[in-house]
Amino acid sequence: MNQSPILDVQNLTVHYGGAPAPSVQDVSFQLGRERLGIVGESGSGKSTVGRALMRLLPSARVTADRMQFEDVDLLGASERKMLAVRGARMSMILQDPKFSLNPIRRCGDQVAEAYRTHVRASKAEARAKAIAMLDAVQIREPERVYDLYPHEVSGGMGQRIMIAMMLLTSPDLVIADEPTSALDVTVRLQVLKILDDLVREQGIGLIMISHDLNLVRNFCDRVLIMYAGRVVEALNAADLDKAQHPYTRGLLAAQPRIGGSRQPLPVLARDPSWTQPQGAAL
Amino acid sequence: MKRLPPRVSASLGQLGSILVTLFGLLILTFVIGRMMPVDPVRAMVGEEATKEVYETVYRQLGLDRPMWEQFFIYLWDVLRLDFGTSIRTGQPVLQDILHVLPATIELATFAIIFGAGIGVPLGVLAAVNKDKLADHIIRVFSLMGHSMPIFWTGMIGLLMFYAGLGWVGGSGRMSQFYIGLVPERTNFLLIDSALAGEWEVFRSAINHIVLPASLLGYSSSAYITRMTRSFMLDQLNQEYITTARVKGLSRRRTVWGHAFGNIRVQLVTIVALAYGALLEGAVLIETVFAWPGFGQYLTSNLLIGDMNAVMTCVLIVGLIFVGLNLLSDLLYRVFDPRTR
Repeated sequence: MNQSPILDVQNLTVHYGGAPAPSVQDVSFQLGRERLGIVGESGSGKSTVGRALMRLLPSARVTADRMQFEDVDLLGASERKMLAVRGARMSMILQDPKFSLNPIRRCGDQVAEAYRTHVRASKAEARAKAIAMLDAVQIREPERVYDLYPHEVSGGMGQRIMIAMMLLTSPDLVIADEPTSALDVTVRLQVLKILDDLVREQGIGLIMISHDLNLVRNFCDRVLIMYAGRVVEALNAADLDKAQHPYTRGLLAAQPRIGGSRQPLPVLARDPSWTQPQGAAL
Repeated sequence: MKRLPPRVSASLGQLGSILVTLFGLLILTFVIGRMMPVDPVRAMVGEEATKEVYETVYRQLGLDRPMWEQFFIYLWDVLRLDFGTSIRTGQPVLQDILHVLPATIELATFAIIFGAGIGVPLGVLAAVNKDKLADHIIRVFSLMGHSMPIFWTGMIGLLMFYAGLGWVGGSGRMSQFYIGLVPERTNFLLIDSALAGEWEVFRSAINHIVLPASLLGYSSSAYITRMTRSFMLDQLNQEYITTARVKGLSRRRTVWGHAFGNIRVQLVTIVALAYGALLEGAVLIETVFAWPGFGQYLTSNLLIGDMNAVMTCVLIVGLIFVGLNLLSDLLYRVFDPRTR
């Protein structure tokens, strides 16, 4: 792995108020300037990890032995400190642009706002920045798109606007929470490619949260497999076929393959023992 | 046929629906006028009148004609702004209305400014601090406003702030001393006194309106607070709020810069409806404060079966609501780009 990690998380546990058990338990990982995938089914706690890192879970109890982002201790940082971190050094791409963009404000203004929140700049300056960024995410006629409202753009365009908004300030870490799940299959790869190019170009650390094993395998360097709030296995994406854990193996076996056997795919079996802590440390 | 541009045809459609509504309203007031368990002739001639007198008045009022003919006569009269004469006051109804309605509009306008002025921020505050102390206090405060009867708060208010502390004026629109001093132009006392340059009267009028308007405002703020709170909670759960927070906006800027803009449309609607309710339904406070307003006028005429006046009042209430709905429709388009 790379030298000094951007992010170092040890034993992150998140417990929502009123829930019987923690949603995330003892999750540990380090992240350099690389692309880390977190894979798991719905409710496995993968999105909660992302939000806990951004400290956007006001009603949950978040504990960890260590949660260090560069020079910032994410556990102990004041809200004021977090305001300077969020959006400037760490940002997050949300799932569905239909809901994640404010419906009554112009797309471009929302992008420009990300800039003006952290950089003292005139409106015109921020506008120019935003338009340049819209251009960078391959939106044609960025000037025209700047003035459109979210309901006037397509899903793929909306997600590119989202990416522009979140990468405009050149953060060191981007958490992409199911960035393409809401998009048409046809534009999915295109949007991912744009994200991937920008992340590589700017040397950003990326956490890609997804339920799609194939996608993560193709776009990430390493993969964490989560099940019921725990990391059950961590591997290099290239070694995914050598996975040991029965859950990971089950997930892989459940993937259809072109030219593969026409037999019904195996059903994913779950074992209650997976929810117990285990020796497979990272 | 040439197609009209969408904006024009939408406006035409709206105009059409307003006309239909107004026509329906006229039918309604007409039917109310005929169905009321009041004999309009008896109300005019009195219990002692002879049969001949009764018959003559009956014919004069056109009650012997067929229903549909009566309706068209009514329609024609309304179009000429001839609403007949009030039995109780002996004056043309229109003239009465021009006196009482401005008094109520003045009161209701101050009340709604006060009510929305405290209700909206409190609702937002309660939503942002959901289930915390501030939320509970605000809920109790607004529940009190909702459940204390207005005639009671009115009397307590008069006792405390007028009789006790002497901070505000008592009943009526101004001190007895000033009555008749200001020429009546619009019948809005504040406007009339300002036009005449009678600032003492103006001050007296403000002094008199403050208490009833704030009590009315408090009671309607209860509803506005509750609705604002629930609209706001709804918006705060939306994903674009997370986006704003991820961008590094503070909670305050997220709430006022992003969420609030999205509840304006709904707020306009409920504030407009609350305003309409104040215009028609301020009877109790008008009675306590001897405010010569619309609610009082409607109620006292209703009680003695003064049909011309009652029908006109119902018509006006209907018009007020049609107007307020139209206004909120227009504001929808200003506030929400999706409706343009």
